[in-house]
Amino acid sequence: MTVSQATRRPILAGRQTTTPNATVTVAPPASRLSLRVPAGTVAAVSKALGIELPTRPKASASANGRHALWLGPDEWLVIDESGADLAGLLGSVADFHSAVDVSHRNVGFIVSGTGAAMTINAGCPQDLSLAAFPVGAVSRTILHKIEIVLYRTGEAEFRVECWRSFADYAFTFLSAAARDGSS
Amino acid sequence: MTETFRMAGAGRLTPAKAVRFSFDGTSYQGVAGDTLASALLANGVHLVGRSFKYHRPRGFLSAGAEEPNALVGVHRDAARRTPNVRATVQEIYDGLSAVSQNRWPSLAYDIGEANDLGSPFFSAGFYYKTFMWPKAAWDKVYEPFIRRAAGLGVAPDEPDPDHYSSLYAHCDVLVLGGGAAGIATATAAAASGARVILCDEQAEFGGALRFETGARIDGKPGWDWAQASVANLKGRENVRVLTRTTAFGYYAQNLVGLVERVSDHLATPGDQPRERLWQVRAGKVVIATGAIERHMVFADNDRPGVMLASAARTYLNHYGVAVGRNVGIFTANDSAYAAAFDLKKAGVQIAAIVDLRDDPRGAVIEEARGLGIEVLTGHTVTKTGGRLRVSSIAVAPNAGGAARVIPVDALLMSSGWTPSVHLFSQSRGKVAFDDATQRFLPGQYAQDCVSIGACNGTDTLDAVIEEAYAAGENAVSGTKVLRPAATTSENWTGGMLGAAPGAGPDDTVKAFVDFQNDVTAKDLRQAVREGMRSIEHVKRFTTNGMATDQGKTSNMHGLAIAAETLGKPIPEVGLTTFRAPYTPVTFGAIVGHSRGSLFDPTRRTAMHGFAEKNGAVFEDVGQWKRAWYFPQAGEDMHQAVARETKNVRRSAGIFDASTLGKIEIVGPDAAQFMELLYTNPWAKLEPGRCRYGIMLREDGFIYDDGVVGRLADDRFHVTTTTGGAARVMNHMEDYLQTEFTHLKVYLTSISEQWAVIAVQGPKSREIIAPLVEGIDVSDAALPHMSVREGKICGVPTRLFRMSFTGERGFEINVPADYGEAVMEAVWAEARKHDACLYGTEAMHVLRAEKGYIIVGQETDGTVTPNDAGLDWAIGKKKTDFVGIRGLRRPDLVSGGRKQLVGLKTVDPNVVLEEGAQIVATPGQPMPMKMIGHVTSSYWSPNCGRSIALALVVDGRDKIGERLFVPMPDRVIEVEVTGTVFFEESGERLNG
Repeated sequence: MTVSQATRRPILAGRQTTTPNATVTVAPPASRLSLRVPAGTVAAVSKALGIELPTRPKASASANGRHALWLGPDEWLVIDESGADLAGLLGSVADFHSAVDVSHRNVGFIVSGTGAAMTINAGCPQDLSLAAFPVGAVSRTILHKIEIVLYRTGEAEFRVECWRSFADYAFTFLSAAARDGSS
Repeated sequence: MTETFRMAGAGRLTPAKAVRFSFDGTSYQGVAGDTLASALLANGVHLVGRSFKYHRPRGFLSAGAEEPNALVGVHRDAARRTPNVRATVQEIYDGLSAVSQNRWPSLAYDIGEANDLGSPFFSAGFYYKTFMWPKAAWDKVYEPFIRRAAGLGVAPDEPDPDHYSSLYAHCDVLVLGGGAAGIATATAAAASGARVILCDEQAEFGGALRFETGARIDGKPGWDWAQASVANLKGRENVRVLTRTTAFGYYAQNLVGLVERVSDHLATPGDQPRERLWQVRAGKVVIATGAIERHMVFADNDRPGVMLASAARTYLNHYGVAVGRNVGIFTANDSAYAAAFDLKKAGVQIAAIVDLRDDPRGAVIEEARGLGIEVLTGHTVTKTGGRLRVSSIAVAPNAGGAARVIPVDALLMSSGWTPSVHLFSQSRGKVAFDDATQRFLPGQYAQDCVSIGACNGTDTLDAVIEEAYAAGENAVSGTKVLRPAATTSENWTGGMLGAAPGAGPDDTVKAFVDFQNDVTAKDLRQAVREGMRSIEHVKRFTTNGMATDQGKTSNMHGLAIAAETLGKPIPEVGLTTFRAPYTPVTFGAIVGHSRGSLFDPTRRTAMHGFAEKNGAVFEDVGQWKRAWYFPQAGEDMHQAVARETKNVRRSAGIFDASTLGKIEIVGPDAAQFMELLYTNPWAKLEPGRCRYGIMLREDGFIYDDGVVGRLADDRFHVTTTTGGAARVMNHMEDYLQTEFTHLKVYLTSISEQWAVIAVQGPKSREIIAPLVEGIDVSDAALPHMSVREGKICGVPTRLFRMSFTGERGFEINVPADYGEAVMEAVWAEARKHDACLYGTEAMHVLRAEKGYIIVGQETDGTVTPNDAGLDWAIGKKKTDFVGIRGLRRPDLVSGGRKQLVGLKTVDPNVVLEEGAQIVATPGQPMPMKMIGHVTSSYWSPNCGRSIALALVVDGRDKIGERLFVPMPDRVIEVEVTGTVFFEESGERLNG
């Protein structure tokens, strides 16, 4: 018998908050990999992914909508906006590494506008000046009461990633913070 | 009413825009820019409150944040009633409604004033002495009395409708205080391009330049220089200036808490937050908090109309308001003279300057006499006259002699200036007493901060400007910036500490030291006489400095009086430590966004909406909302759970198990890692099979449990309890990074990657079979405790054959965004087979019927696998795992431990209470010997009776025996049984 295909129902799909200070948008679904790679295998994994895994703390690498975010000395979050099968790309890498599909674990938000940094700073204690947190900078940090991965995609644009069940909280918090703004 | 005390041509509130407001129901007019205090004074109103203990009439002492008297309630509407607002800080807006506090029936006629007559009863230590005996009276009489008398103002009884904001910020230099020093240091620091934040509690920058008319900086009047400088700072990208922003707390590593009052001064706050909490991490903190003028301590120094000299100058020079028409001055220093000059020049009569100093010299004396003001040197004010407003002062020579009564309608006083070392002290810096000037100044620093200006004891304006510029440059290693020239005609030094001659020494006069807590010079002397030696004791005994103003005007006087009474120098008596907050902070500012849905994250599974549509009642499990039960029309919880539990065993039930923690363990050493973290053996578990695992702590006690599936040689899918998800992950990562660093293993949390649908019951296979592709779900191909990867409804699945009910069961893992669609498809199939949806309550009953434990319910951190009857889960041949040595401890292997058993009540209809204690025999004398407790207890529809699990000393040896559960109203007799109540053979698991 034929079974109807289950459709994907992303949480908060299409939600957006717009204020004069900042816009908070729920990012479209993407594929994601939690990647753990020992130093010796970084080159092989980079080659398979077509993106050089950054090894400097807080750094990222980005090409064609695929982003590798440094989270720790042997840990990266890879996001592919086109939804490519990232785990499949790594099938050829025989050396020890761990690539776990977390596409559905995370939800992404785009925070943009002149008040983007201030919106995030409502709940994130990091210094988000361009000098301390330049475009491309990444940090696994907190947004008030939840853990997030923060990725600066532009001078006035950030991507915030959190786990699925915290998405409601993240969106509500960022929306409230964007509304408050500051003089 | 008209503003009869607003002086034409005086002040800076121009162009004057009229603002209407009310106080105690009377409507008044003020001017935009007024504080409630200046606006009331413009209307001739001095009486604004009643004192806390004696209910004495009180007026404005100050013009700033140090105000101890003028605390009012500000009522925007029914839900916005803010008590204890300092009228000297609150700006007026159209429609502001303020009320006085601590009076009944009215401010002018207050019954509580009788306390003033009865004051001998309310002396220092009154509460400690009076409410001692009899002990029994405490609950019924004393405490209610004290609680009724305690506290000022009335809190609103509706939820706060305002919202509050928060912000973290970083800067190179944080400047606390926007007077001449703060502005100058910010200017110097900003010149180098460093990030600077400058904040001030007032609505406008300028600090003491608000009233100090003699100051000239850069060729301009001080105030004009301040405004021009701040305008310049505002124009710089690297500078943030914050007005109405109080630095209230100085914490570790230069973290400073600021509270910004965003909209309290606005008639229509709109959508703006009421306040914003800033948490600023600064490279360098510059403390430029200035100094606070002290009052004089003499009899009846608290009458409305008696105030600080600098306050009167502020009201005149900034707000254009005269505090009286015939004003007296009582001083022990030069700075108060300037108040007399300013008022005199504005046309106010100066009744006299009473100078405590015997032979003051200098320009101010000459100038006073030149202006025709009578100066009485070597004199003191011995008391004041009047009731609701000062009407006269009695003046006598210090040396003694007849007093002369001088009519006044206001008295300005100054005994000198106290450097505001509060924030320096909060930074853990040590203050040092400067003998020459009789004041505490910043001594040893504990953090990377610097004090400048008046708070650092720098008295002359040119020195302040030089110090401020140097500090600003040093803070950022910047280049030298050109200093503006600064001069002032005023002298801020000198003064006296402690009681003036008019305060006693030991009569019945009330010479107030602490206005807000009604502490007099006599109280402090009495405290010393009664044995208090340390200032910490004196303070607590008298409550001096313990009100919401934190003793900003009273601490030094109190200390000096105690020191004098003790016959010791001031530094030997000590200074109490300053603590946050500098001024009161609202709970709203502290709470910020953390209210309503942002109080705490509410976590919902991917199938939450499905459960809602199907009528689920939810329960909170940590931050999760879990479907508790699914009542049908007319069912209560008991009936719904009874139906669900029977339905599962009759046909099948569907359950959302998504909240369980899940961890993917990957690497060639994955099995070895599992061997070390769990008690069970894993090496020989074949890919595609599952095992129930138990995890211990080092001490041998159960930490967590869950079913683990081996997906491949080098890949495990571990499940944990819902509550254990985060801590088990951390526990594993800890061991991997510290103890087992040789293992090639990586851990990834996949709790939220997978939504989990449990399908349990005899019909479970028929339900899922049509939906699954690529997996043979027959009992032969997919036996109990196995796992396969394939597809369901066209999407990837990890399909577990496992059971937490004792029935044939499956747990379908699908990527979370597919969870709800797959759930709907499963439910559509399930309905063809008489299945039900069930919630956590039925899940609990079903597992208890089979004796399956829940970690955290049957275990409490002191239960070993053996205690729980789970010895079989320990790999007997294993030589190492976390907790193996703990399990060999003598106490863990000896007899007499509590063991998990079943309990059946002799009356099958009685359901025990969870947590109830168990005894061997009833009727023992109290306290009875307790030998165990009930861990789980339910009505079991499938057994047709109550069932319970319990931990009982040597329980397994007691199976078949009768024990007793004493309850408040009866004793329940129970029989000890095994832990499996339903189908002991376990055959149903295999279908």
